[in-house]
Amino acid sequence: MYTQGLTPETETPLRAVGDDAAMAQFQARIDAEQRIEPNDAMPAAYRRTLLRQISQHAHSEIVGMLPEGNWITRAPSLRRKVALLAKVQDECGHGLYLYAAAETLDATREQLYDDLLAGKARYSSIFNYPTPTWADIGAIGWLVDGAAIMNQIPLCRCSYGPYARAMIRVCKEESFHQRQGFEIMMVLARGTPAQRRMAQEALNRWWWPCLMMFGPPDAQSQHSDTSTLWKIKRFSNDELRQKFVDATVPQAHYLGLTIPDKDLQFDEATGHWRYGDIDWEEFRQVLAGNGPCNQERMAARRKAHDDGAWVREAALAHAEKHKARAA
Amino acid sequence: MTTGSITLSDDPLVRFILRRADDALVLGHRLSEWCGHAPLLEEEMALANIALDHLGQARALYSYAAEVEAAGHDEDAYAYRRDPVDYLNLLLVERPNGDFAHTIVRLWLYSAFMSLWWQAMTASKDAQLAALAARAVKEVAYHLRHASNWVVRLGDGTPESLRRAQTALDLLWPYAGEMLTSQPDEAALTANGIAIDPETLRQPWLQRITSDAAQAALRLPSAPFSQQGGRRGNHSEAMGHLLAELQYMQRAYPGAQW
Repeated sequence: MYTQGLTPETETPLRAVGDDAAMAQFQARIDAEQRIEPNDAMPAAYRRTLLRQISQHAHSEIVGMLPEGNWITRAPSLRRKVALLAKVQDECGHGLYLYAAAETLDATREQLYDDLLAGKARYSSIFNYPTPTWADIGAIGWLVDGAAIMNQIPLCRCSYGPYARAMIRVCKEESFHQRQGFEIMMVLARGTPAQRRMAQEALNRWWWPCLMMFGPPDAQSQHSDTSTLWKIKRFSNDELRQKFVDATVPQAHYLGLTIPDKDLQFDEATGHWRYGDIDWEEFRQVLAGNGPCNQERMAARRKAHDDGAWVREAALAHAEKHKARAA
Repeated sequence: MTTGSITLSDDPLVRFILRRADDALVLGHRLSEWCGHAPLLEEEMALANIALDHLGQARALYSYAAEVEAAGHDEDAYAYRRDPVDYLNLLLVERPNGDFAHTIVRLWLYSAFMSLWWQAMTASKDAQLAALAARAVKEVAYHLRHASNWVVRLGDGTPESLRRAQTALDLLWPYAGEMLTSQPDEAALTANGIAIDPETLRQPWLQRITSDAAQAALRLPSAPFSQQGGRRGNHSEAMGHLLAELQYMQRAYPGAQW
Protein backbone atom coordinates (compact mmCIF):
# COMPACT_ATOMS: atom_id res chain seq x y z
CA MET A 1 0.00 0.00 0.00
CA TYR A 2 1.17 3.47 -0.64
CA THR A 3 0.18 6.97 -1.39
CA GLN A 4 1.81 9.93 -2.95
CA GLY A 5 1.56 13.52 -1.84
CA LEU A 6 3.72 13.24 1.23
CA THR A 7 6.24 15.87 0.24
CA PRO A 8 7.50 17.87 3.21
CA GLU A 9 6.72 21.55 3.26
CA THR A 10 10.34 22.63 2.99
CA GLU A 11 12.34 21.29 0.10
CA THR A 12 15.26 22.62 -1.87
CA PRO A 13 14.56 23.51 -5.50
CA LEU A 14 15.23 20.39 -7.52
CA ARG A 15 16.71 21.85 -10.63
CA ALA A 16 19.61 23.77 -9.13
CA VAL A 17 21.85 20.72 -9.19
CA GLY A 18 24.71 19.54 -11.41
CA ASP A 19 26.09 21.21 -14.48
CA ASP A 20 23.94 21.91 -17.47
CA ALA A 21 25.53 19.44 -19.89
CA ALA A 22 25.26 16.54 -17.44
CA MET A 23 21.68 17.47 -16.70
CA ALA A 24 20.85 17.58 -20.39
CA GLN A 25 22.44 14.19 -20.91
CA PHE A 26 20.52 12.73 -18.00
CA GLN A 27 17.27 14.20 -19.25
CA ALA A 28 17.93 12.77 -22.71
CA ARG A 29 18.20 9.29 -21.21
CA ILE A 30 14.96 9.79 -19.32
CA ASP A 31 13.22 11.08 -22.43
CA ALA A 32 14.44 8.04 -24.37
CA GLU A 33 12.73 5.90 -21.70
CA GLN A 34 16.04 4.39 -20.59
CA ARG A 35 16.05 2.99 -17.09
CA ILE A 36 18.39 4.63 -14.60
CA GLU A 37 20.33 2.04 -12.58
CA PRO A 38 22.12 2.43 -9.22
CA ASN A 39 25.60 2.87 -10.68
CA ASP A 40 24.51 5.40 -13.32
CA ALA A 41 25.21 9.09 -12.94
CA MET A 42 22.15 10.92 -11.65
CA PRO A 43 21.47 14.41 -10.36
CA ALA A 44 21.60 14.67 -6.58
CA ALA A 45 18.01 15.92 -6.57
CA TYR A 46 16.83 12.88 -8.54
CA ARG A 47 18.50 10.64 -6.00
CA ARG A 48 17.02 12.61 -3.13
CA THR A 49 13.50 12.60 -4.57
CA LEU A 50 13.58 8.88 -5.16
CA LEU A 51 15.09 8.10 -1.82
CA ARG A 52 12.36 10.11 -0.13
CA GLN A 53 9.59 8.47 -2.14
CA ILE A 54 10.88 4.90 -1.87
CA SER A 55 11.60 5.16 1.84
CA GLN A 56 8.18 6.72 2.51
CA HIS A 57 6.70 3.88 0.54
CA ALA A 58 8.65 1.33 2.62
CA HIS A 59 7.63 3.02 5.88
CA SER A 60 4.00 2.98 4.74
CA GLU A 61 4.14 -0.77 4.21
CA ILE A 62 5.57 -1.33 7.68
CA VAL A 63 3.23 1.03 9.53
CA GLY A 64 0.43 -0.30 7.32
CA MET A 65 0.81 -3.70 8.97
CA LEU A 66 -0.74 -2.31 12.15
CA PRO A 67 -4.33 -1.41 11.24
CA GLU A 68 -4.90 -4.81 9.64
CA GLY A 69 -2.76 -6.63 12.18
CA ASN A 70 -5.36 -5.43 14.67
CA TRP A 71 -7.74 -8.12 13.36
CA ILE A 72 -5.50 -11.16 12.91
CA THR A 73 -6.32 -12.60 16.32
CA ARG A 74 -10.05 -11.89 15.88
CA ALA A 75 -10.59 -12.86 12.25
CA PRO A 76 -14.02 -14.50 11.95
CA SER A 77 -12.98 -17.80 10.32
CA LEU A 78 -9.81 -19.82 9.92
CA ARG A 79 -9.77 -19.11 6.20
CA ARG A 80 -9.94 -15.34 6.85
CA LYS A 81 -7.34 -15.57 9.60
CA VAL A 82 -4.81 -17.28 7.34
CA ALA A 83 -5.51 -14.91 4.44
CA LEU A 84 -5.15 -11.83 6.65
CA LEU A 85 -1.94 -12.98 8.29
CA ALA A 86 -0.49 -13.83 4.88
CA LYS A 87 -1.54 -10.42 3.59
CA VAL A 88 0.07 -8.51 6.44
CA GLN A 89 3.17 -10.64 5.95
CA ASP A 90 3.18 -9.62 2.28
CA GLU A 91 3.19 -5.99 3.37
CA CYS A 92 6.23 -6.60 5.53
CA GLY A 93 7.85 -8.27 2.52
CA HIS A 94 7.07 -5.20 0.40
CA GLY A 95 8.65 -3.03 3.08
CA LEU A 96 11.82 -5.11 3.10
CA TYR A 97 11.94 -5.14 -0.69
CA LEU A 98 11.52 -1.36 -0.83
CA TYR A 99 14.14 -0.71 1.85
CA ALA A 100 16.49 -2.77 -0.31
CA ALA A 101 15.60 -0.58 -3.32
CA ALA A 102 16.25 2.51 -1.18
CA GLU A 103 19.64 1.12 -0.17
CA THR A 104 20.70 1.24 -3.82
CA LEU A 105 20.59 5.03 -3.38
CA ASP A 106 23.33 5.10 -0.73
CA ALA A 107 21.08 4.94 2.30
CA THR A 108 20.95 2.29 5.00
CA ARG A 109 17.77 0.67 6.19
CA GLU A 110 18.74 1.38 9.80
CA GLN A 111 19.09 5.09 9.14
CA LEU A 112 15.85 5.28 7.20
CA TYR A 113 14.02 3.36 9.89
CA ASP A 114 15.51 5.53 12.64
CA ASP A 115 14.20 8.57 10.75
CA LEU A 116 10.73 7.03 10.77
CA LEU A 117 10.84 6.31 14.49
CA ALA A 118 12.21 9.78 15.21
CA GLY A 119 9.23 11.29 13.39
CA LYS A 120 11.50 12.74 10.68
CA ALA A 121 10.16 10.61 7.84
CA ARG A 122 6.61 10.28 6.67
CA TYR A 123 4.35 7.38 5.88
CA SER A 124 0.95 7.29 4.24
CA SER A 125 -1.73 9.28 6.03
CA ILE A 126 -4.23 6.46 5.51
CA PHE A 127 -2.70 4.26 8.19
CA ASN A 128 -3.57 6.77 10.86
CA TYR A 129 -7.20 5.71 10.66
CA PRO A 130 -8.60 2.98 12.93
CA THR A 131 -10.04 -0.46 12.15
CA PRO A 132 -12.82 -0.81 14.72
CA THR A 133 -14.70 -3.63 12.94
CA TRP A 134 -13.98 -6.61 10.71
CA ALA A 135 -15.52 -4.73 7.79
CA ASP A 136 -12.59 -2.30 7.95
CA ILE A 137 -10.39 -5.18 6.82
CA GLY A 138 -12.59 -5.59 3.77
CA ALA A 139 -12.65 -1.85 3.15
CA ILE A 140 -8.87 -1.54 3.40
CA GLY A 141 -8.36 -4.31 0.88
CA TRP A 142 -10.99 -3.01 -1.50
CA LEU A 143 -10.37 0.74 -1.23
CA VAL A 144 -6.90 1.36 0.20
CA ASP A 145 -5.24 -1.37 -1.84
CA GLY A 146 -7.38 -0.32 -4.80
CA ALA A 147 -6.06 3.23 -4.48
CA ALA A 148 -2.52 1.93 -4.00
CA ILE A 149 -2.76 -0.04 -7.22
CA MET A 150 -3.85 3.07 -9.15
CA ASN A 151 -0.67 4.70 -7.90
CA GLN A 152 1.67 1.80 -8.27
CA ILE A 153 0.84 0.45 -11.71
CA PRO A 154 2.34 3.55 -13.34
CA LEU A 155 5.33 3.21 -11.01
CA CYS A 156 6.16 -0.08 -12.74
CA ARG A 157 7.33 2.19 -15.58
CA CYS A 158 9.17 4.59 -13.30
CA SER A 159 12.57 5.70 -14.64
CA TYR A 160 14.52 4.24 -11.72
CA GLY A 161 15.13 0.54 -12.41
CA PRO A 162 15.15 -0.96 -8.90
CA TYR A 163 11.96 0.87 -7.92
CA ALA A 164 10.15 -0.03 -11.14
CA ARG A 165 11.08 -3.70 -10.79
CA ALA A 166 10.03 -3.77 -7.15
CA MET A 167 6.66 -2.35 -8.15
CA ILE A 168 5.99 -5.11 -10.67
CA ARG A 169 6.10 -7.71 -7.94
CA VAL A 170 4.33 -5.54 -5.38
CA CYS A 171 1.48 -4.79 -7.81
CA LYS A 172 0.80 -8.47 -8.42
CA GLU A 173 0.36 -9.05 -4.69
CA GLU A 174 -1.67 -5.87 -4.21
CA SER A 175 -4.11 -6.90 -6.92
CA PHE A 176 -4.67 -10.14 -5.08
CA HIS A 177 -5.20 -8.25 -1.81
CA GLN A 178 -7.66 -5.93 -3.49
CA ARG A 179 -9.76 -8.82 -4.78
CA GLN A 180 -9.63 -10.41 -1.36
CA GLY A 181 -10.89 -7.19 0.25
CA PHE A 182 -13.69 -6.84 -2.26
CA GLU A 183 -14.71 -10.42 -1.60
CA ILE A 184 -14.87 -9.73 2.16
CA MET A 185 -17.14 -6.76 1.42
CA MET A 186 -19.30 -8.82 -0.91
CA VAL A 187 -19.92 -11.46 1.77
CA LEU A 188 -20.85 -8.72 4.24
CA ALA A 189 -23.06 -6.90 1.76
CA ARG A 190 -24.99 -10.11 1.11
CA GLY A 191 -25.07 -11.07 4.77
CA THR A 192 -27.23 -10.22 7.75
CA PRO A 193 -28.50 -6.67 8.41
CA ALA A 194 -25.74 -6.30 11.02
CA GLN A 195 -23.11 -7.29 8.45
CA ARG A 196 -24.51 -4.90 5.82
CA ARG A 197 -24.46 -2.11 8.36
CA MET A 198 -20.87 -2.96 9.26
CA ALA A 199 -19.91 -2.82 5.57
CA GLN A 200 -21.61 0.53 4.98
CA GLU A 201 -20.03 2.08 8.05
CA ALA A 202 -16.60 0.93 6.95
CA LEU A 203 -17.15 2.48 3.51
CA ASN A 204 -18.25 5.70 5.24
CA ARG A 205 -15.02 5.70 7.27
CA TRP A 206 -12.59 4.93 4.47
CA TRP A 207 -14.00 6.68 1.41
CA TRP A 208 -12.75 10.22 2.01
CA PRO A 209 -9.39 9.26 3.52
CA CYS A 210 -8.84 7.09 0.43
CA LEU A 211 -9.45 10.05 -1.88
CA MET A 212 -6.92 11.99 0.19
CA MET A 213 -4.36 9.22 -0.32
CA PHE A 214 -3.68 10.55 -3.81
CA GLY A 215 -2.30 13.74 -2.35
CA PRO A 216 -3.21 17.42 -2.65
CA PRO A 217 -5.03 18.70 -5.74
CA ASP A 218 -2.78 19.36 -8.73
CA ALA A 219 -3.13 23.09 -8.27
CA GLN A 220 -1.41 22.81 -4.88
CA SER A 221 1.05 20.02 -5.55
CA GLN A 222 4.63 21.25 -5.22
CA HIS A 223 6.77 18.60 -6.85
CA SER A 224 4.76 17.06 -9.60
CA ASP A 225 6.66 19.01 -12.22
CA THR A 226 10.12 17.57 -11.67
CA SER A 227 8.81 14.12 -10.81
CA THR A 228 6.90 14.12 -14.07
CA LEU A 229 9.87 15.47 -16.02
CA TRP A 230 12.01 12.66 -14.62
CA LYS A 231 9.31 10.10 -15.30
CA ILE A 232 9.09 9.06 -11.68
CA LYS A 233 5.47 10.07 -11.80
CA ARG A 234 3.36 9.38 -14.87
CA PHE A 235 0.00 10.78 -13.81
CA SER A 236 -1.04 13.71 -11.65
CA ASN A 237 -2.72 13.34 -8.26
CA ASP A 238 -6.07 14.45 -9.65
CA GLU A 239 -5.84 12.13 -12.66
CA LEU A 240 -5.18 9.13 -10.43
CA ARG A 241 -7.90 10.16 -8.00
CA GLN A 242 -10.41 10.37 -10.84
CA LYS A 243 -9.39 6.94 -12.14
CA PHE A 244 -9.93 5.53 -8.67
CA VAL A 245 -13.36 7.12 -8.28
CA ASP A 246 -14.45 5.97 -11.75
CA ALA A 247 -13.37 2.42 -11.01
CA THR A 248 -14.78 2.26 -7.49
CA VAL A 249 -18.23 3.85 -7.72
CA PRO A 250 -19.68 1.05 -9.89
CA GLN A 251 -18.18 -1.51 -7.49
CA ALA A 252 -19.96 0.15 -4.58
CA HIS A 253 -23.20 0.06 -6.55
CA TYR A 254 -22.68 -3.62 -7.28
CA LEU A 255 -22.30 -4.20 -3.54
CA GLY A 256 -25.47 -2.23 -2.87
CA LEU A 257 -23.52 0.25 -0.72
CA THR A 258 -23.80 4.02 -0.77
CA ILE A 259 -20.78 6.25 -1.35
CA PRO A 260 -20.91 8.85 1.43
CA ASP A 261 -20.88 11.85 -0.91
CA LYS A 262 -24.14 13.69 -1.59
CA ASP A 263 -22.53 15.55 -4.48
CA LEU A 264 -21.43 12.45 -6.33
CA GLN A 265 -22.87 12.35 -9.84
CA PHE A 266 -22.15 10.88 -13.21
CA ASP A 267 -21.04 13.35 -15.85
CA GLU A 268 -22.47 12.07 -19.13
CA ALA A 269 -20.34 14.40 -21.22
CA THR A 270 -16.98 13.19 -19.90
CA GLY A 271 -17.94 9.73 -18.67
CA HIS A 272 -16.49 10.51 -15.24
CA TRP A 273 -17.99 10.41 -11.77
CA ARG A 274 -17.81 13.89 -10.23
CA TYR A 275 -17.18 13.89 -6.50
CA GLY A 276 -17.76 16.54 -3.84
CA ASP A 277 -15.21 18.69 -2.02
CA ILE A 278 -12.49 16.89 -0.12
CA ASP A 279 -11.80 18.17 3.39
CA TRP A 280 -8.16 19.05 2.92
CA GLU A 281 -7.97 20.43 6.42
CA GLU A 282 -8.45 16.89 7.72
CA PHE A 283 -5.62 15.71 5.45
CA ARG A 284 -3.32 18.45 6.76
CA GLN A 285 -4.17 17.56 10.33
CA VAL A 286 -3.44 13.87 9.79
CA LEU A 287 -0.11 14.72 8.14
CA ALA A 288 0.66 17.03 11.04
CA GLY A 289 0.29 14.13 13.45
CA ASN A 290 -3.28 14.74 14.54
CA GLY A 291 -5.04 11.82 12.86
CA PRO A 292 -7.05 9.42 15.00
CA CYS A 293 -4.20 6.90 15.28
CA ASN A 294 -0.93 8.75 14.60
CA GLN A 295 0.20 8.40 18.18
CA GLU A 296 -0.74 4.72 18.51
CA ARG A 297 0.91 3.75 15.22
CA MET A 298 4.23 5.35 16.03
CA ALA A 299 4.10 4.21 19.64
CA ALA A 300 3.56 0.62 18.47
CA ARG A 301 6.50 0.72 16.07
CA ARG A 302 8.76 2.38 18.63
CA LYS A 303 7.79 -0.14 21.28
CA ALA A 304 8.53 -3.05 18.95
CA HIS A 305 11.88 -1.47 18.11
CA ASP A 306 12.80 -0.68 21.72
CA ASP A 307 11.61 -4.01 23.09
CA GLY A 308 13.58 -5.76 20.36
CA ALA A 309 16.85 -3.90 20.95
CA TRP A 310 18.29 -6.63 23.19
CA VAL A 311 17.42 -9.26 20.56
CA ARG A 312 19.27 -7.41 17.81
CA GLU A 313 22.22 -6.81 20.14
CA ALA A 314 22.30 -10.50 21.00
CA ALA A 315 22.27 -11.52 17.34
CA LEU A 316 25.16 -9.16 16.60
CA ALA A 317 27.15 -10.27 19.64
CA HIS A 318 26.69 -13.91 18.72
CA ALA A 319 27.72 -13.26 15.11
CA GLU A 320 30.88 -11.52 16.34
CA LYS A 321 31.76 -14.37 18.69
CA HIS A 322 31.05 -16.90 15.99
CA LYS A 323 33.34 -15.05 13.57
CA ALA A 324 36.08 -14.75 16.18
CA ARG A 325 35.89 -18.47 16.96
CA ALA A 326 36.07 -19.37 13.27
CA ALA A 327 39.11 -17.14 12.70
CA MET B 1 -28.89 -24.38 12.69
CA THR B 2 -27.11 -24.73 16.02
CA THR B 3 -25.06 -21.69 16.77
CA GLY B 4 -23.95 -22.25 20.36
CA SER B 5 -21.03 -24.30 21.60
CA ILE B 6 -20.61 -27.77 20.16
CA THR B 7 -19.91 -30.89 22.17
CA LEU B 8 -17.38 -33.46 21.14
CA SER B 9 -17.72 -37.12 20.44
CA ASP B 10 -15.78 -39.51 22.67
CA ASP B 11 -14.26 -41.28 19.68
CA PRO B 12 -10.57 -41.70 20.59
CA LEU B 13 -9.42 -40.99 17.03
CA VAL B 14 -11.37 -37.72 16.92
CA ARG B 15 -9.85 -36.68 20.24
CA PHE B 16 -6.39 -37.77 19.09
CA ILE B 17 -6.66 -35.61 15.97
CA LEU B 18 -8.19 -32.66 17.79
CA ARG B 19 -5.41 -32.60 20.37
CA ARG B 20 -2.83 -31.98 17.66
CA ALA B 21 -5.09 -29.65 15.72
CA ASP B 22 -5.65 -27.58 18.87
CA ASP B 23 -1.89 -27.47 19.56
CA ALA B 24 -1.35 -26.14 16.06
CA LEU B 25 -4.16 -23.59 16.19
CA VAL B 26 -3.30 -22.24 19.62
CA LEU B 27 0.42 -21.96 18.88
CA GLY B 28 -0.31 -20.44 15.46
CA HIS B 29 -2.58 -17.93 17.15
CA ARG B 30 0.03 -17.06 19.76
CA LEU B 31 2.70 -16.57 17.09
CA SER B 32 0.35 -14.42 15.04
CA GLU B 33 0.07 -12.06 18.02
CA TRP B 34 3.63 -10.96 17.19
CA CYS B 35 2.63 -9.64 13.78
CA GLY B 36 3.60 -5.98 13.63
CA HIS B 37 5.51 -6.13 16.91
CA ALA B 38 8.54 -8.35 16.26
CA PRO B 39 12.09 -7.25 17.14
CA LEU B 40 13.19 -7.03 13.51
CA LEU B 41 11.52 -7.17 10.12
CA GLU B 42 13.09 -10.48 9.14
CA GLU B 43 11.56 -11.94 12.28
CA GLU B 44 8.15 -10.52 11.39
CA MET B 45 8.38 -12.59 8.22
CA ALA B 46 9.64 -15.71 9.96
CA LEU B 47 7.14 -15.71 12.83
CA ALA B 48 4.28 -15.10 10.39
CA ASN B 49 5.53 -17.99 8.25
CA ILE B 50 5.67 -20.33 11.19
CA ALA B 51 2.25 -19.18 12.40
CA LEU B 52 0.83 -19.80 8.92
CA ASP B 53 2.28 -23.31 8.84
CA HIS B 54 0.62 -24.09 12.16
CA LEU B 55 -2.71 -22.64 11.10
CA GLY B 56 -2.50 -24.69 7.92
CA GLN B 57 -1.82 -27.86 9.92
CA ALA B 58 -4.71 -27.05 12.24
CA ARG B 59 -7.12 -26.62 9.34
CA ALA B 60 -6.08 -29.88 7.71
CA LEU B 61 -6.40 -31.76 10.99
CA TYR B 62 -9.79 -30.21 11.85
CA SER B 63 -11.13 -31.14 8.43
CA TYR B 64 -9.99 -34.70 8.94
CA ALA B 65 -11.48 -34.80 12.45
CA ALA B 66 -14.77 -33.58 10.98
CA GLU B 67 -14.68 -36.40 8.47
CA VAL B 68 -14.01 -39.01 11.16
CA GLU B 69 -16.52 -37.57 13.61
CA ALA B 70 -19.23 -37.22 10.93
CA ALA B 71 -21.31 -35.02 13.22
CA GLY B 72 -21.70 -32.13 10.79
CA HIS B 73 -18.89 -30.07 12.30
CA ASP B 74 -16.30 -28.24 10.24
CA GLU B 75 -12.98 -26.51 10.94
CA ASP B 76 -14.66 -23.33 12.12
CA ALA B 77 -17.08 -25.16 14.41
CA TYR B 78 -14.10 -26.76 16.14
CA ALA B 79 -12.12 -23.54 16.35
CA TYR B 80 -14.81 -21.04 17.17
CA ARG B 81 -17.57 -22.89 18.93
CA ARG B 82 -15.89 -24.97 21.58
CA ASP B 83 -15.57 -23.92 25.21
CA PRO B 84 -12.14 -24.07 26.86
CA VAL B 85 -12.99 -27.37 28.55
CA ASP B 86 -13.36 -29.00 25.12
CA TYR B 87 -10.06 -27.66 23.84
CA LEU B 88 -7.41 -30.39 24.13
CA ASN B 89 -4.15 -28.57 23.45
CA LEU B 90 -1.04 -28.70 25.59
CA LEU B 91 -0.68 -26.11 28.32
CA LEU B 92 2.71 -25.27 26.79
CA VAL B 93 1.30 -23.77 23.59
CA GLU B 94 -1.25 -21.58 25.36
CA ARG B 95 1.41 -19.93 27.54
CA PRO B 96 1.35 -16.19 26.84
CA ASN B 97 4.09 -15.02 24.47
CA GLY B 98 6.13 -13.14 27.06
CA ASP B 99 9.28 -11.63 25.58
CA PHE B 100 10.98 -12.84 22.42
CA ALA B 101 13.11 -15.32 24.38
CA HIS B 102 9.98 -16.82 25.89
CA THR B 103 8.31 -17.19 22.50
CA ILE B 104 11.42 -18.75 20.98
CA VAL B 105 12.08 -21.17 23.84
CA ARG B 106 8.44 -22.33 23.73
CA LEU B 107 8.69 -22.87 19.98
CA TRP B 108 11.99 -24.72 20.40
CA LEU B 109 10.73 -27.11 23.10
CA TYR B 110 7.59 -27.83 21.09
CA SER B 111 9.20 -28.10 17.64
CA ALA B 112 11.95 -30.41 18.91
CA PHE B 113 9.16 -32.74 19.99
CA MET B 114 6.94 -32.27 16.96
CA SER B 115 9.75 -32.93 14.50
CA LEU B 116 10.10 -36.40 16.07
CA TRP B 117 6.35 -36.83 16.32
CA TRP B 118 5.56 -35.96 12.73
CA GLN B 119 8.48 -38.07 11.54
CA ALA B 120 7.06 -41.07 13.44
CA MET B 121 3.56 -40.29 12.18
CA THR B 122 4.66 -40.66 8.55
CA ALA B 123 4.48 -44.40 9.31
CA SER B 124 0.96 -44.20 10.77
CA LYS B 125 -1.44 -46.89 9.53
CA ASP B 126 -3.96 -44.08 9.06
CA ALA B 127 -3.23 -43.03 5.49
CA GLN B 128 -4.60 -39.50 5.90
CA LEU B 129 -2.55 -38.80 8.99
CA ALA B 130 0.53 -40.26 7.32
CA ALA B 131 -0.03 -37.95 4.35
CA LEU B 132 -0.42 -34.91 6.61
CA ALA B 133 2.73 -35.96 8.43
CA ALA B 134 4.69 -36.15 5.19
CA ARG B 135 3.96 -32.48 4.60
CA ALA B 136 4.38 -31.39 8.19
CA VAL B 137 7.86 -32.92 8.64
CA LYS B 138 9.23 -30.44 6.13
CA GLU B 139 7.57 -27.52 7.88
CA VAL B 140 8.60 -28.51 11.38
CA ALA B 141 12.21 -29.04 10.28
CA TYR B 142 12.30 -25.33 9.48
CA HIS B 143 10.52 -24.36 12.71
CA LEU B 144 13.05 -26.30 14.77
CA ARG B 145 16.00 -24.94 12.83
CA HIS B 146 14.75 -21.39 13.24
CA ALA B 147 13.99 -21.77 16.94
CA SER B 148 17.19 -23.59 17.85
CA ASN B 149 19.33 -21.09 15.90
CA TRP B 150 17.75 -18.34 17.95
CA VAL B 151 18.17 -20.24 21.20
CA VAL B 152 21.89 -20.48 20.46
CA ARG B 153 22.07 -16.83 19.40
CA LEU B 154 20.34 -15.70 22.57
CA GLY B 155 22.27 -18.00 24.87
CA ASP B 156 25.58 -17.16 23.24
CA GLY B 157 24.73 -13.48 22.68
CA THR B 158 24.88 -10.90 25.46
CA PRO B 159 24.53 -11.42 29.24
CA GLU B 160 21.06 -9.89 28.93
CA SER B 161 19.93 -12.31 26.23
CA LEU B 162 21.37 -15.27 28.13
CA ARG B 163 19.51 -14.19 31.26
CA ARG B 164 16.24 -13.87 29.35
CA ALA B 165 16.64 -17.21 27.58
CA GLN B 166 17.48 -18.96 30.84
CA THR B 167 14.49 -17.37 32.58
CA ALA B 168 12.22 -18.47 29.76
CA LEU B 169 13.55 -22.01 29.91
CA ASP B 170 13.11 -22.16 33.70
CA LEU B 171 9.53 -20.92 33.45
CA LEU B 172 8.51 -23.13 30.53
CA TRP B 173 10.24 -26.33 31.56
CA PRO B 174 7.38 -27.57 33.79
CA TYR B 175 5.08 -27.31 30.76
CA ALA B 176 7.26 -29.46 28.49
CA GLY B 177 6.43 -32.75 30.18
CA GLU B 178 2.82 -32.87 29.06
CA MET B 179 3.66 -33.44 25.41
CA LEU B 180 5.85 -36.41 26.39
CA THR B 181 3.18 -38.07 28.50
CA SER B 182 1.12 -41.02 27.24
CA GLN B 183 -2.63 -40.45 27.14
CA PRO B 184 -4.62 -43.49 28.36
CA ASP B 185 -7.36 -43.02 25.76
CA GLU B 186 -4.78 -43.24 22.96
CA ALA B 187 -3.47 -46.68 23.95
CA ALA B 188 -5.67 -48.62 21.53
CA LEU B 189 -4.80 -46.30 18.65
CA THR B 190 -1.13 -46.75 19.46
CA ALA B 191 -1.50 -50.52 19.58
CA ASN B 192 -3.12 -50.38 16.13
CA GLY B 193 -0.23 -48.40 14.66
CA ILE B 194 -2.34 -45.30 14.10
CA ALA B 195 -0.97 -43.15 16.92
CA ILE B 196 2.43 -42.73 18.58
CA ASP B 197 3.06 -43.10 22.28
CA PRO B 198 4.78 -39.78 23.03
CA GLU B 199 6.68 -41.41 25.86
CA THR B 200 8.79 -43.23 23.25
CA LEU B 201 10.02 -39.86 21.98
CA ARG B 202 11.14 -38.58 25.37
CA GLN B 203 14.78 -39.69 25.06
CA PRO B 204 15.46 -38.44 21.54
CA TRP B 205 13.71 -35.18 22.46
CA LEU B 206 15.86 -34.76 25.55
CA GLN B 207 18.97 -35.49 23.52
CA ARG B 208 18.18 -32.76 21.03
CA ILE B 209 17.29 -30.25 23.74
CA THR B 210 20.42 -31.10 25.74
CA SER B 211 22.64 -30.67 22.73
CA ASP B 212 21.11 -27.31 21.72
CA ALA B 213 21.15 -26.10 25.32
CA ALA B 214 24.85 -26.93 25.60
CA GLN B 215 25.60 -24.82 22.53
CA ALA B 216 23.55 -22.01 24.00
CA ALA B 217 25.19 -22.28 27.45
CA LEU B 218 21.72 -22.84 28.92
CA ARG B 219 21.17 -24.91 32.03
CA LEU B 220 18.37 -27.48 31.84
CA PRO B 221 16.19 -27.23 34.94
CA SER B 222 16.30 -30.32 37.07
CA ALA B 223 12.74 -30.05 38.42
CA PRO B 224 10.93 -33.21 37.36
CA PHE B 225 7.51 -31.75 38.12
CA SER B 226 5.30 -31.36 35.11
CA GLN B 227 2.13 -29.31 34.70
CA GLN B 228 -0.59 -31.42 33.09
CA GLY B 229 -4.19 -30.84 32.13
CA GLY B 230 -4.54 -29.33 28.67
CA ARG B 231 -4.93 -32.72 27.01
CA ARG B 232 -8.03 -33.31 29.19
CA GLY B 233 -9.44 -29.79 28.85
CA ASN B 234 -8.08 -28.37 32.11
CA HIS B 235 -6.54 -25.11 31.01
CA SER B 236 -4.76 -22.11 32.45
CA GLU B 237 -6.43 -18.74 32.96
CA ALA B 238 -4.73 -17.52 29.80
CA MET B 239 -6.78 -19.90 27.65
CA GLY B 240 -10.10 -18.18 28.33
CA HIS B 241 -8.67 -14.86 27.25
CA LEU B 242 -7.15 -16.39 24.14
CA LEU B 243 -10.47 -17.93 23.12
CA ALA B 244 -12.43 -14.80 24.00
CA GLU B 245 -10.37 -13.01 21.39
CA LEU B 246 -10.17 -15.81 18.85
CA GLN B 247 -13.89 -16.63 18.99
CA TYR B 248 -15.24 -13.12 19.41
CA MET B 249 -16.82 -12.71 15.97
CA GLN B 250 -18.47 -16.11 15.78
CA ARG B 251 -19.82 -15.72 19.30
CA ALA B 252 -21.04 -12.15 18.73
CA TYR B 253 -22.75 -12.91 15.40
CA PRO B 254 -24.00 -16.47 15.70
CA GLY B 255 -24.74 -18.17 12.41
CA ALA B 256 -23.32 -15.42 10.19
CA GLN B 257 -21.09 -16.35 7.25
CA TRP B 258 -17.83 -14.50 6.74
